[in-house]
Amino acid sequence: MKKTAFKLVLASAVALAVCSAAFAAEKLKVGFVYVGPVGDFGYSYQHDQGRLAMQKALGDKVETTFIENVPETDSDRSIEQLARSGHKLIFTTSFGYMEPTLRVAKKFPGVKFEHATGYKRSENVATYTAKFHEGRYVIGQIAGKMTKTNTLGYVASFPIPEVVAGINAFILGAQSVNPAVKVKIIWANTWFDPGKEADAAKALLAQGADIITQHTDSAAPLQETEKAGKLGFGQASDQARFAPKAQMTSIVDDWSSYYIERTKAVLNGTWKSKDTFGGMDVDMVHLAPYANIPDDVKKMAEETAAAIKAKKLHPFKCPVLGQDGKPVECKDGKALTDKQITSMNWYVKGIDDTVPK
Amino acid sequence: MRIDLEPRPERTLALDIGAPVIALAVAIIFGGLVIWMLGKSPALAFEVYFITPLTESWSLQELMVKACPLVLIAVGLSFCYRANLWNIGAEGQFIMGGLLGGWLAIITHDEAWQDLIGGWWILPAMLVLGAIGGALYALIPALLRVWLGASEILTSLMLVYVAELGLDWLVRGPLKDPNGFNFPQSVVFDDIARLPFLAEGERLHAGVLLALIVALVGAFVFARSIFGFEVRLIGEAPRAARFAGFDDRKLTLAVFAISGALAGLAGICEVAGQIGQLTPKISPGYGFTAIIVAFLGRLSPIGILVAALVLALTYIGGEAAQVELSLPSDMTRAFQGILLMCVLVADTATRYRIRLRFGALA
Amino acid sequence: MTSEMFQLILMTVVTAATPLILAAIGELVTERAGVLNLGVEGMMIMGAAMGFAGAYASGSTLIGALCGIVAGAFMAALFGLLTIGFAINQVASGLALTIFGIGLSGLLGAGFVGLKRDPPAHLHVPGLSDLPYLGKLVFSEDLFVYVAFGLVAGVAWFLTRSRPGLALRAIGDNHQSAHALGLPVRRTRFLATLFGGGCAGLAGAYLTLAYTPFWSPGMTAGRGWIALALVVFASWKPWRLVLGALLFGGATVLQLHAQAASLGLPGQLLSAVPYLATIVALLLLSSGARKNAAAPAALGQAFIAPR
Repeated sequence: MKKTAFKLVLASAVALAVCSAAFAAEKLKVGFVYVGPVGDFGYSYQHDQGRLAMQKALGDKVETTFIENVPETDSDRSIEQLARSGHKLIFTTSFGYMEPTLRVAKKFPGVKFEHATGYKRSENVATYTAKFHEGRYVIGQIAGKMTKTNTLGYVASFPIPEVVAGINAFILGAQSVNPAVKVKIIWANTWFDPGKEADAAKALLAQGADIITQHTDSAAPLQETEKAGKLGFGQASDQARFAPKAQMTSIVDDWSSYYIERTKAVLNGTWKSKDTFGGMDVDMVHLAPYANIPDDVKKMAEETAAAIKAKKLHPFKCPVLGQDGKPVECKDGKALTDKQITSMNWYVKGIDDTVPK
Repeated sequence: MRIDLEPRPERTLALDIGAPVIALAVAIIFGGLVIWMLGKSPALAFEVYFITPLTESWSLQELMVKACPLVLIAVGLSFCYRANLWNIGAEGQFIMGGLLGGWLAIITHDEAWQDLIGGWWILPAMLVLGAIGGALYALIPALLRVWLGASEILTSLMLVYVAELGLDWLVRGPLKDPNGFNFPQSVVFDDIARLPFLAEGERLHAGVLLALIVALVGAFVFARSIFGFEVRLIGEAPRAARFAGFDDRKLTLAVFAISGALAGLAGICEVAGQIGQLTPKISPGYGFTAIIVAFLGRLSPIGILVAALVLALTYIGGEAAQVELSLPSDMTRAFQGILLMCVLVADTATRYRIRLRFGALA
Repeated sequence: MTSEMFQLILMTVVTAATPLILAAIGELVTERAGVLNLGVEGMMIMGAAMGFAGAYASGSTLIGALCGIVAGAFMAALFGLLTIGFAINQVASGLALTIFGIGLSGLLGAGFVGLKRDPPAHLHVPGLSDLPYLGKLVFSEDLFVYVAFGLVAGVAWFLTRSRPGLALRAIGDNHQSAHALGLPVRRTRFLATLFGGGCAGLAGAYLTLAYTPFWSPGMTAGRGWIALALVVFASWKPWRLVLGALLFGGATVLQLHAQAASLGLPGQLLSAVPYLATIVALLLLSSGARKNAAAPAALGQAFIAPR
């Protein structure tokens, strides 16, 4: 008796699922895999904002799902879960998903995969990342102008090329308006740990830095900066709400235009695997509204951003001097190549530290 | 109001098996309540969490893959916990095992001499190194406890952080893939350095068989061997054990070595089975989840097998629930906690009659 | 180094140590009564989530702190029910509470993500607060710091000079004998557990109300486990616990300063220093005194009233 009732419940539940699946057969299912919680208000949050923007823009044509808090070394299953449940386009948003994405992609040739911040592609795996360093150059200029102690503080996460390139672009921007400027870097060894990030900011402030910038995800460094009455920059999302008096601007990762473009490509059948390294020109990076800075600095920042956007100014325009003072190899004579930027593991002149190995 | 516990005169088999099942049912009801409060359908959630993963070959395989490290570590922990030694550092031992075994895979990667003398010995050597790495790392808190009386809870826990940082430093430094654009990861292991797959789909790896064997051997050791008897006696009646002449110092070292070896083996199985390379983090907390598995399985290797599968089911079901129902990942964690609490209460119920008495708590 | 910088560094050490002190002093009392509560992390994170929720909803830091305490105590009550009521293995129950607490805090705190509050004001004693080198450090901390130190002093007095405190210690050392003497074993343990949970909740609330005034899932970042280690490190003595917390907090903070000062050592090595230092300190303490010095002898043992 109980068994029959159970089977009935099971059958009706399955029927319900099948019916709803049939109903949804028209829509394109797009899946997202996040390494952190959507509520981090930083990196994963911004990817989710991109997802929401894409859902809004494409309305009835798509249905989006996400799985959050997926550890990189245990991600094959989650990615495959999405592939198996009818998702035809899957975005895996962290570097550590690279090999798992490729493995699952091999098993599901009909599904398209997009891997963020990686470098390996296949026929159905594309890669994409943003030229965050362009934003860094602009805020570097602002920092150079606004600092009174000529000491800038940097709360960094891990010494990977993206972060190192960011530091270099930042200091180059600062040096372009203030050659005497110095930067102090702390490696927090985490992408997200508010307490530790706050402590790092405190240490930098105690050591004389009066402008704090970060490549970690929480709003903690900015809050500390505001507490100390100093100024700083937010990361990944607009964190002004956390520190309205301290945030001058924030580098915002804006994935929405990319997500819309790629989803449309799948809908149209024109999707192809490629590598996208988008910057301010395609609005993958933009800066949050400026605040707490005088008008002339604001104007300078806007002009620099516009120049970068129009490709008239390159943050790594040659000659770029290495820590030893010698110019770094510059093939086309104009600027460092994308490849050089995405594998950067050296500091430019003016930074006294060494890159941690 | 207070709760009085009266020991039951005998343990019946029906209660032994029935209690955890009832506990599971109660936990599911609690979980269903929370889900209903979140505004979702509990019936649908039940189906997605527990039924669907058991109906597909793919998810059944994933179940076993996820349970594999949990079984290996938990069986090892059962040796320590039965002897009242609280090894909380299995996570660190897991990492050390994966690190040592993975190191071998890295230094033998792509070498030309493999064509000459063959690479067949690499994988077995990796597994052995994994076990050795974990065992040695576990001996640190064991020796500190035996020599200095230092709490093994504290030392083994602190060493977890040290192991994590050590792995992080090595993978970002000396063990980094030279052709990897400076990204923090080692080379991808050669096929010869990977655990063979048991089925199509390239997910079910031989580590699963290893876990099964370890569980069976563990059960045998506890039930039939002198050593197993020693371990159980030291835990249940330490005075009697000492009168019987069992040396608790040697025993401490032995159980820690076993626990560490199994955790290290789990580490290298995960690295050579699922991951295929060394990365800054190789464990999503298996060392701690295995502690739960050990208790859910009532410290018995066969119970651990079952408990590991049940817990793996909650993980896989939880991911499916995120996809199908948009249930947050926190729900899975909360449910696992509730499940453990229910099973623990049920365990007490098998050994004691529970009576509620009204009056002062004394 | 200027006196200003010296003070700032010390203040960072103190604030980093404060959540550890709060959580650990509660756990110390719990353990002295013979209960090993591994659920501190779960209680702390519930305190963090509910503390922020309460403060945000009411606009008052004090109410938020109270909410945090209540949340921690509630989780502790659950733990007490399991371990004292049902005599369940304490290690297992503690872990269950930790996982449950982490998950529950995420669920309950979901609505409060992305919101922020102002941190509470710091004390200011005119004249004293402006003394060089120590003025700010001693007289300008936020309220939680003073509460933490006050709790330590209170607990130290309670355990050594009050009757209930001595009874509690007796229960922790030998619950069977204490029961035979007529001491209320289970009630004392339950109350000690509630106190520990409340302190852990307060510690968590400190994180989201003063340290970094916002809520985000997983904010406690393992501090509960460190607090557990600190109790053992302190040999269950309250003032030694403060020393341990300052040592640990200090090592954590100093490694950041070392980086900012470009000392050139690998970040991971510096990050490992607090953990290694804790082990070394424990070894020094253990080799000095008797083996397994000062652990309450009945720690971790369930108490079932004999008939």
